[in-house]
Amino acid sequence: MVTTTHDDRHGTAGSADDLLAIRGLRTEFGTGDRTVRAVRGVDLSIARGEILGLVGESGSGKSVLASSILRLIRPPGRIAAGEIVFDGRDVLAMNTRTLSRWRGRDIGIVFQQPQGCLNPVRRIGWQVAEPLRLKKGLGRRAAWDEAVQLLRSVGIPSPESKARAYPHQVSGGQAQRVMIAIALALRPKLLIADEPTTALDVTIQAQILELLRDSCRTHGTSLLFVTHDLGVIAKLADRVAVMYAGNIVETGSVGGILESPRHPYTRGLMDAAPRLRSSEGERLRDIPGSIPNLARPIPGCPFAPRCGLRKELELDRCDREMPPFVQSAERHAVRCWGLPEMRTANRTNAAAPEREIVR
Amino acid sequence: MTTPPLLDVEGLHVRYPVSRDVFGRPTGHVSAVDGVDFTLENGETLGLVGESGCGKSTLGRAVVALEPAAEGTVRFRGYDFARLSDDELKQQRRFGQFIFQNPRTSFDPRRSVGASVRMALDIQRLFRPRERDEAVAEIFRKVGLGPEHRARYPHELSGGQLQRIGIARALVLQPQLIVCDEPVSALDVSVQAQILNLLKDLRGEFDLALLFVSHNLAVVEYIADRVAVMYYGRIVEITSRRRLFDNPLHPYTHALLESVPSMDLAHRDDPAPKLGDPPDPTHLPSGCRFRNRCPRAFDLCREADPETVEVEPGHAVACWAVRGVDRARARETSATITKTEETT
Amino acid sequence: MTVAGFDEEITVIPRWRRIGGHMLQSRAACVGATILLILFVLALFAPWIAPYDPFKIDPIHRLAAPSAAHWIGTDEVGRDLASRIIYGTRYFLLICLVTAAISSSIGTLLGLLAGAGSPLVDGVIMRFIDILLAFPYILMVLVVVAVAGPSLWTGMVAVGIAGIPGYARLVRSTVLTVRQEDYVTVARALGASRREILFGTILPNVLSPLIVYLAFATPLSALIASALSFVGLGAQPPAPEWGAMLVNSRTYLFSAWWAVAAPGLALCISIFGMNILGNGLRDVLDPRNA
Repeated sequence: MVTTTHDDRHGTAGSADDLLAIRGLRTEFGTGDRTVRAVRGVDLSIARGEILGLVGESGSGKSVLASSILRLIRPPGRIAAGEIVFDGRDVLAMNTRTLSRWRGRDIGIVFQQPQGCLNPVRRIGWQVAEPLRLKKGLGRRAAWDEAVQLLRSVGIPSPESKARAYPHQVSGGQAQRVMIAIALALRPKLLIADEPTTALDVTIQAQILELLRDSCRTHGTSLLFVTHDLGVIAKLADRVAVMYAGNIVETGSVGGILESPRHPYTRGLMDAAPRLRSSEGERLRDIPGSIPNLARPIPGCPFAPRCGLRKELELDRCDREMPPFVQSAERHAVRCWGLPEMRTANRTNAAAPEREIVR
Repeated sequence: MTTPPLLDVEGLHVRYPVSRDVFGRPTGHVSAVDGVDFTLENGETLGLVGESGCGKSTLGRAVVALEPAAEGTVRFRGYDFARLSDDELKQQRRFGQFIFQNPRTSFDPRRSVGASVRMALDIQRLFRPRERDEAVAEIFRKVGLGPEHRARYPHELSGGQLQRIGIARALVLQPQLIVCDEPVSALDVSVQAQILNLLKDLRGEFDLALLFVSHNLAVVEYIADRVAVMYYGRIVEITSRRRLFDNPLHPYTHALLESVPSMDLAHRDDPAPKLGDPPDPTHLPSGCRFRNRCPRAFDLCREADPETVEVEPGHAVACWAVRGVDRARARETSATITKTEETT
Repeated sequence: MTVAGFDEEITVIPRWRRIGGHMLQSRAACVGATILLILFVLALFAPWIAPYDPFKIDPIHRLAAPSAAHWIGTDEVGRDLASRIIYGTRYFLLICLVTAAISSSIGTLLGLLAGAGSPLVDGVIMRFIDILLAFPYILMVLVVVAVAGPSLWTGMVAVGIAGIPGYARLVRSTVLTVRQEDYVTVARALGASRREILFGTILPNVLSPLIVYLAFATPLSALIASALSFVGLGAQPPAPEWGAMLVNSRTYLFSAWWAVAAPGLALCISIFGMNILGNGLRDVLDPRNA
């Protein structure tokens, strides 16, 4: 087995011990000149046991990316290009049967609206027990008992009686715990959580985040979670990928991203979010404008029209050419023409030196 | 003598029917607002925070007469809403406006946004008819949009742009109070900051009072002068922003503040407050409504409902533990306790 | 200061022209509208288009097969079928108009009152509608005709009344939905009176589902009215009403199929046209369909 330490890994390009490696992924919706290109060539990898936070605003393509990994994109949407390799297997080449087996066993998913994901006419216990019976081949009794154990492990009080409840009889926070129990029932290698706490109250959110982190840590499950909230990122993630308009613009360790963000969009996001107990009278720095139309071609950097740095440095190149990823620190990669190390490249107008550029 | 406050809410109760008979007459109720008192001065911003179902939105709607009071009074500019005729109420509505959480649903999909804003002027008969379009253009400029946006339909605009127009529609009537019901919750962080800054600027320019309803504590801290924390129909703590965030007293306020995930990595491993699940709003616990989730609850909390009283000047809290009231002292004030027990 | 929010300029098109443009794109709506248009032209210019007098009896040429002289043949007393079908469009459209007018106007009014009124008003109206609905549709029509005597007009009125509950329920449920919308609360917050809200904000948003329902319910009413004529309780012979025409010719189904097929097909095509027009309208009238 190849053993590579995390430090050797680049920000985006994967290494051999990655659980999931995505290369050049493009996901589109619709046809003709109305085609919305929601994911525009994404490279991303998740190591075993790693918690990766995917952060972005609406229209960034973060949820589409998560659904693409599971191949949950339905027509008129389609995965137009790219490669998804999960544990050495090509996900895009799987047939329907392999795919559905793989989804439940190796990969679990938790959505934003827990109540909508539970079957309203079936008892909670059976919904947790179902994957155990179907995919693990347990008998009714054994599956039920294990379901009760699972409910206990996700912090449902008096799980024996709650297992007999119907979804409408539990609160939103408990329903999300049930969803997590279902997702983790078969001990998947990867859990994908799409805004798992956005619909919940803040006091419940804190508990669910803790539950997600602890369950993944205990079982060595990798976690990809999608959020718009940098506070949630700080609480949970080992590594962070920042998405804007279908592209990943910056990726790095949680410390690197939150303490020394380098992409103007990441910095803008951090300045725009109000923080508790911030200094008096400090004004929020908003990002002017709004996201670009994803049905149009974007030749340059998608953030250029809203970018303060582009304006300040008068970088015409931003409008014409998408910047490549530059490794700026260990496991920290950024794509921006405005970085000091890129500016020399701009001035000489030559291609940036090979060794500096990751992809 | 001091002038009366812009808004004076006293002992307000708002109830929703939960069941009806065959002819649609209500037969059962749930109290969304359950005995609330507060005042709001001219030009002041009061933040109203709480979790879903705490009644903060209902309270916001009640202070601009969008929900009728079941008990208690709402006095706005000195007028008691319950005593106004339809015409008088319509006149007063001009001065108390409302901004919605979801700008998409707060516009008639069949009207251009300019027509929607103009409708406000038409209804209130403000300005001469031929001056109204110009007034609309002017208010569009104020919220950062060009007059050409007037002809657009809601589905053609982004959420941030629509929320600007929502503000324009409230502002065009030159109100003294705007109730903002989660005005930035449906917006992205980058756009949210635009709207918050816009509200802050306009508040100064138009000398507006805001009742800012939100579940987001950081947003409330950014914009409010004073903050009220609501829990299942009751204001459990109300004080100045600084004091609430620096020195929160109510155990629920503590839990709320500790639950907000911080971007500061130093707090990454802080444990989440163990609060337990929220109660069923139709069956609140006896005594203090927070007691079954409260780390400081003791026997008195089961027996009597604490009222919201000042524990220091300008800082009111509804909590027996904070007030340091023990059973013996509570008996002395048993008259008030019996009264509150009856209501629960 | 203008916020750079738009990276493209949308040219503003008037609403009616946008709807027109959509109609052209929706093939279903186009076909339906064309069929309806043909019906109107035939009805309006029947005396000029029809080759013969629809009432003129010609015993020599009775039950003549389609030929150059009689495009679709003649009926059992030698009347020209083509002319009778053409004049029949007048009856068909009249039935559509009258039944739709009766059921939609009364139904909409009741629905608006129920949806926007107090819970008591709502309760009373809806119980009344429930009672109407409790009678089978056909039975109710027959009762009205039995009371007032069989004629085209009583038939139409009966079918019109029988259609009221459908409209009332549709309008009420739409009003109840629209009433919950934030933009209606906005109108209240702005100080609009109940009447202004009901007719200025709620009604326009009820219109599209109403128009779509109209396009689906009207042909059904027309069919029932024709059926009434068929059983002798609606239009009376010798009126060239399609249902009445079917009655007389049905005995010759095997010897002169055209005499049955012609009015039957005419009815079929007209109703089909209105139905697909309804389908098309449903897509077109959604303002979000930009």
